[in-house]
Amino acid sequence: MSATVSFTLNGKPVSVRVAPDRTLLWVLRTDLGLTGPKYGCGIDECGACTVLVNHRAVHACMVDVQSVQGADVLTIEGLARGEKLHPIQEAFVAHDALQCGFCTSGMILAAYDLLRTHPNPTREQVISGMDGNLCRCGAHTRIVDAVLAAASAMGGKGPS
Amino acid sequence: MSSETPQAHGALPSRRDFVRLVGSGLVVWAVLRRPAAAQVNEAAHAITFRPKQDGDFNAYLVIGEDGHVTGFTGKIEMGQGPITSLPQMLAEDLDVAIDDVSLVMGDTDLCPFDQGTWGSQTTSAFGTVWRAAAAEARGVLLELASEKLQVPVARLSVLNGVVTDSGDSSKRVTYGELTRGQKIERRLEVKAVLKTPDQFRVIGKPLLRRDSREKVTGKAVYAGDVRLPGMLYARVLRAPAHGATLKHVDVSEAKGIEGVIVVQLPGLVAVLHELPDVADDALGKLHADFEPSPSTLDDTTIYAHLEKADVEGRVVAQGGDLDAGRAQAVRRLDQTYLGSYIAHAAMETHTALARVDGATATVWASTQNPFGAREEIAKALDLPIPSVRVITPFVGGGFGGKSFNLQAVEAALLSKATGRPVQVMWTREEEFFNDTFRPASVVKIQSGLDSAGRIAFWDYEVRFAGDRASEHLYDIPNHRTTAIGFFGGPPGIHPFAVGAWRAPGSSNNAFARESHVDQLAVLSGVDPIEFRLRQLKNPRLTRVLKAAAEHWGWQPAKGPSGRGLGVACGSDAGAYVAAIVQVEVNDGKIAVKRALWVQEMGLVINPEGAKIQMEGGITMGLGYALTEEIHFKDGAILDTNFDRYALPRFSWLPKIETVILEANDAPPNGGGEPAVILTGAVIANAFHDATGSRVFSIPMTQARVKAALAAKAGNA
Repeated sequence: MSATVSFTLNGKPVSVRVAPDRTLLWVLRTDLGLTGPKYGCGIDECGACTVLVNHRAVHACMVDVQSVQGADVLTIEGLARGEKLHPIQEAFVAHDALQCGFCTSGMILAAYDLLRTHPNPTREQVISGMDGNLCRCGAHTRIVDAVLAAASAMGGKGPS
Repeated sequence: MSSETPQAHGALPSRRDFVRLVGSGLVVWAVLRRPAAAQVNEAAHAITFRPKQDGDFNAYLVIGEDGHVTGFTGKIEMGQGPITSLPQMLAEDLDVAIDDVSLVMGDTDLCPFDQGTWGSQTTSAFGTVWRAAAAEARGVLLELASEKLQVPVARLSVLNGVVTDSGDSSKRVTYGELTRGQKIERRLEVKAVLKTPDQFRVIGKPLLRRDSREKVTGKAVYAGDVRLPGMLYARVLRAPAHGATLKHVDVSEAKGIEGVIVVQLPGLVAVLHELPDVADDALGKLHADFEPSPSTLDDTTIYAHLEKADVEGRVVAQGGDLDAGRAQAVRRLDQTYLGSYIAHAAMETHTALARVDGATATVWASTQNPFGAREEIAKALDLPIPSVRVITPFVGGGFGGKSFNLQAVEAALLSKATGRPVQVMWTREEEFFNDTFRPASVVKIQSGLDSAGRIAFWDYEVRFAGDRASEHLYDIPNHRTTAIGFFGGPPGIHPFAVGAWRAPGSSNNAFARESHVDQLAVLSGVDPIEFRLRQLKNPRLTRVLKAAAEHWGWQPAKGPSGRGLGVACGSDAGAYVAAIVQVEVNDGKIAVKRALWVQEMGLVINPEGAKIQMEGGITMGLGYALTEEIHFKDGAILDTNFDRYALPRFSWLPKIETVILEANDAPPNGGGEPAVILTGAVIANAFHDATGSRVFSIPMTQARVKAALAAKAGNA
């Protein structure tokens, strides 16, 4: 039943020997020891588990680990460069764009994908681009502000 | 993450560190003889136990030998911001830089007893004691400095932990130099003299959150992120309905899965594995038969059930002569308002990791109530309370829903049964099933206007929402407010568990009262703000309402004006709040376009944090106003995830404006809850202003809005 699945995780090659149909979220959180991707709903509705697969936002609760074979997977743990926060992270800090923080990893990575495809988004584009991510604390207004500020900080070129 | 003592909130010292800290430096103990929250929050009634070993005084803060200040508190951080505001208070009253202050929160071995983080109490009730401890410490440090510098205390000033002789600035000494090698303990027995607002340097200044960096990098540790060697992940068998009882379970197929452990205890059947998803698979292999629930209620029949439930009422407030008021009334208005069950739906489900070995237990729990959790766990394990340690990492939202700690008890029992550390992380479906919902409620109001257009009488009965914020606030000569039941029950009334939901009771009471007052304004043909101001004597409520009108640019008009503008005002947790919104209605869907909230909450510690709490309350409140409702039938919960239970999303966002009115000379009131109470009423009133129709039941779903519009069309 087990198979070896190899991919790049936060810039480093990893291989896990697992049942290939196991859910990516739980492989990341257990076998690979990460905690940034969170379980919120398990049914593609909240975005707390968002990770980037080849720079695209993916809900890790919805995909098998085998689907990332050979892919470049980035979780929130891999976004900052050492101590230097990514501009999206910096914008979330500067705007207090979080409260309990449980949705924050997913929010930031959803914003990354949004800004990749819309490097100069309008407010409306941010709102519709982030609509798949839930926040129960009600930090939405500040998250929108933070995403717009991050777009500016990156000079309209999108994230890298 | 693999660590015996996870680093919660930056620097969580080990027990040895704590002993070292207490052993040298300055320790200030503060007295809190009476649990301050009990009179405000009904949930507190359930857990009133005060452990003996804590006595009547509690360690609150330590000034270490390096001058670093560590505050210890049983309060927890669940997003509401004490991780910033509590150090802000210590920095102010100790005159140290905020970067020199850290917190240890929610660890029952290290922190003083606390009865739970709820009821908007952290600043309003606890903050005063917390500040007093800091002020006392400052006094001790000044005495030490006076001795060391040979300068009278009156001549000393402090900035950023450096004490200086105001007559000779070369004479200076740091807090660290004063405490080094010292072992001083002070017990705070008298009311310390706190700084006054004109002396503030730190309080009242907007500060960014202190936990953001951890939270944007994924480093923040929540209960589900703690890992221990050999730990198992558990999935618990749940009944299909509340009241259903397990007749028989066949565990053989689940046991056949490699590595799966099945535990069968009275009332608790679980499957465990080293991988959570394998435990999940194994749960599906349990074959269980349940006796159906005896409950025959559903979400449509519940209101008639609550209306006829025979529970004795209690008069919360009364005055004047109701019969005389009725006689004066030239126009009468009788109306009933309904509120549905709603879920807390914090993004983090209830989670705990327990390690029970022999005679002790350590449990990392997502809880608003670590000391309550300790009590629940100790009882379940039959251990003395001091043998249980509860550690609270960051909590991913609570809103009242994490006051009780079933998941921690389950983890502890399963750890004891297996001899290994066990994590219980409820699925979203379990979270919806086990939630202590905001209770469904019925509010009946009878009122009347006299010939001058004033409210002549007010007879208000709230059934099962809770009495908080049920008093009418207006200047009404003849009135009575009666509460039947409370937000937690009594037991047997509701078909499942209910409990505190952010500002318990207040949202339902404000929805009913402010809808009703709006209806009276319409009956009078008077602008809704003008109508309210004419009946208001309370200066704080008057102030917020007038300020809201001014900030909005309010143009008076009698309703319904067709503009879609709504007004509401209220009070919760000692604070006063007024709201104005504009709505649009399309195909039975109400969209809020602009929302203004004006709040006065006494002294504000962190204005930025307070605004965030208001924004959060407004945004969260859109849910119970418009969509959030638990559907159920015969004990089964039909809304079990976010596909059916719709939380507010980005696309719902109005333009939100928040205004905090300064009242620095008044004691601090609650700030986490008041804003949420008005969304139901203010949107109902705006909907009426837009359409001339009214919805008397929250949430104002598309179906209810369409029904209200159709009813009006039918009458016309």
